Amino acid sequence: MFDTLSDRFDGIFKRLRTRGRLTPTDVDEVAREIRLALLEADVNVKVVKQFIARVKERATGAEIAKSLNPGQQVIKIVHEELVATLGGASGKLATASKPPTIIVLAGLQGSGKTTAAAKLTRLLEHDQGKQVLLVGADLQRPAAVEQLRVLGEQIGVPVFSEPTDPVAVARAGVQEAERLGRTTVVIDTAGRLQVDDELMEELAHLTDAVQPHDVLLVVDAMTGQEAVNVAESFAEAVELTGIVLTKLDGDARGGAALSVKEVTGLPVLFAGIGEKVADFEPFHPDRMASRILGMGDVLTLIEKAEAAFDAEEAAEAQERLLEGRFTLDDFLEQMRQMRKMGPLSSIVGMLPGMPKELRQAEIDDNELGRVEAIICSMTPAERQDPSIINGSRRARIARGSGTTTPQVNALLKQFKMVQQMMRSLTKPGKRGKKGRRAVALPPGMTPEDLAAMPGLPGAGMGGGVPGMPGLPPVR
Amino acid sequence: MPAEAKEGRSRIRGRLKKSRRPFAKMRGRMRARRIDDDVWDDLEETLLLADAGLDTTSRLVDGVRARAATEGVGDADAVPGLLEREIEESLAATPADRSLTSRRGQTDVWLLVGVNGSGKTTTAAKLATGAIEDGHSVLFAAADTFRAAAADQLAAWGDRLGVEVIRGQEGGDPGAIAFDAVQAARARDIDLVLVDTAGRLHTKVNLMAELEKVRRVVERTPGVLSEVLLVLDATTGQNGLSQARRFADDVGVTGVVLTKLDGTAKGGIVLAIESELGVPVKLVGVGEGADDLVPFDPAEFAAALVAGDDEESDVPDEPGLDDEGA
Repeated sequence: MFDTLSDRFDGIFKRLRTRGRLTPTDVDEVAREIRLALLEADVNVKVVKQFIARVKERATGAEIAKSLNPGQQVIKIVHEELVATLGGASGKLATASKPPTIIVLAGLQGSGKTTAAAKLTRLLEHDQGKQVLLVGADLQRPAAVEQLRVLGEQIGVPVFSEPTDPVAVARAGVQEAERLGRTTVVIDTAGRLQVDDELMEELAHLTDAVQPHDVLLVVDAMTGQEAVNVAESFAEAVELTGIVLTKLDGDARGGAALSVKEVTGLPVLFAGIGEKVADFEPFHPDRMASRILGMGDVLTLIEKAEAAFDAEEAAEAQERLLEGRFTLDDFLEQMRQMRKMGPLSSIVGMLPGMPKELRQAEIDDNELGRVEAIICSMTPAERQDPSIINGSRRARIARGSGTTTPQVNALLKQFKMVQQMMRSLTKPGKRGKKGRRAVALPPGMTPEDLAAMPGLPGAGMGGGVPGMPGLPPVR
Repeated sequence: MPAEAKEGRSRIRGRLKKSRRPFAKMRGRMRARRIDDDVWDDLEETLLLADAGLDTTSRLVDGVRARAATEGVGDADAVPGLLEREIEESLAATPADRSLTSRRGQTDVWLLVGVNGSGKTTTAAKLATGAIEDGHSVLFAAADTFRAAAADQLAAWGDRLGVEVIRGQEGGDPGAIAFDAVQAARARDIDLVLVDTAGRLHTKVNLMAELEKVRRVVERTPGVLSEVLLVLDATTGQNGLSQARRFADDVGVTGVVLTKLDGTAKGGIVLAIESELGVPVKLVGVGEGADDLVPFDPAEFAAALVAGDDEESDVPDEPGLDDEGA
């Protein structure tokens, strides 16, 4: 059984790659598979229908005939349609001509409004230099305001609330912001069911009272078919301007994003991607589409890598890599850079074509420390040319790094594998033919994937996620 | 007691009105029609829209088809009834007991687990209300030390219900709080300890390990841990299965509490969870009120999902949504 949409597409595309041109039957089969995949990802049934219809129409047209590789062509069409559905370009928050800019967050209970309010505030203050006043208008849930206060303290932002009623709090909050000279007001509202007429009306009153520049619907990425009803009802009650997608750090494929986008036409503006206040980023429809397509969140990964990387060093390593001169020093360096991006477990999830068992595997970040110790116990000459490492050198390295000779051997073997994979990577169109091996994973994937990235998505599409077969499954 | 149960049932039925809508629509469409492929497609779509998921949906549709064939049913009219029986039977196949373990004269500990925002704290409050009504003494353990002011939220409920709350430092060890709560409850002969844990995505290895520790700590006092309840939001889609699987694997779930069923969410994921994991749904949350947490009744649930009343079966199809063939 396929667990994720990504796996599903992996399966489809693998089959497609092995064929010549697409026949109408193929198109039908692909459409069927895509339908199942989207349904498994919780995309609304009706949205799926529309999506499939579009893909079919395009795929059976002339475009297919012109392509060199039918599989590539279909991927492209599906991807483009996904991007189009998810929003095409990224949206932006409004800025009031006369401050303060007022933003209201609304949504179901437990969708993550309060957390999103704090995360959005931090992003506005931190990345955009705004001065925010947080307003707690959720007077329903016990201690919701207290939660907001604690979060406000964490990010050093004032929080306003009073025990009156939500509309009054919102109004007073805006006045308070004017008094304090804050540029932006973020109003957290109580969670409500879209069928609760009374509370929906209250929300409408609140937005009438403060005339917000943005009203964002906070949607849990794990939401099922219901996403459509929720989005439609909220859009009816208030003038929504955008969507915030939360809990994207789980294993939900977030089909809800597709559904909500399709039925409301509103841009998904932000994504909550973790437990920490900083784990919040602008939503990238194109990347989400890639993630759904099974190309992983490669683009996000690249961005993260770029931010963490010393550009020059990376360029040098890249060059050496292309020339097949990839050394243990590079390996170590890339591994260190990789660690800067965060725990490996979260990065692996973003990588394309990762076998499911790998994606779900627990990855021991300590393993990296061990590898680092081993490499650091080598002489510069050994790092340049591991082939000189003989038995006595191995024993010395093991002693020096507090590991065992088999562990040193395993690393060297793995490095050799990576080197080979790199070479095959630099030859376009060739796929790594290596079988999976039971070697410790984390360090192995490091340079390989980073190297693969600049070439993607082109490389990923052409060769079919090259190199991945060389990756050993864990557990 | 039977009167109360009955009241609870009618409440489910009432609250599930919204859930019934798609099926009701299906009923309307199936009037005076022979069974053909469109009927099966309709059935399939209806189940998918209820978040039943692909596997469960095809299993149920196959089951209904088989029933129709063996019983020689030709009218589409009869299909909803067949589906109802199919769902009912599918739910009846779950071997486990749906009642909650509560032993007089002995301390019971119920652990509430689930992803963020599923409604654990509110469920704790509702469970406490019910237990107090039944004459039990209750203690809260605020083991959510991560989310800001989570303990305050539980404490506010504690104030309202007159239930004492054992709490620790923010960012403190949830295991220690659970341990203290169990000790305190035993010392004071308290019947029920409700341990409210922090919401965590089931994919976070460290957080799941933390939860496992909480469970272990409670189990240090043998025999007290009687329920590990997975609190699941009814709006959850297919990810609910993944959640249930991980929580069941990591901390051993004894039952599911399906919350927020008072919206239009259909709760179809329950079918998948029961059939694939064998974890029984024990309670459903059908409203905001403290007594809106009622026992899950498979027969009633199936009936409420499938049966449509007449006024609702006349709900017209939303134009432009269903007419596109895939």
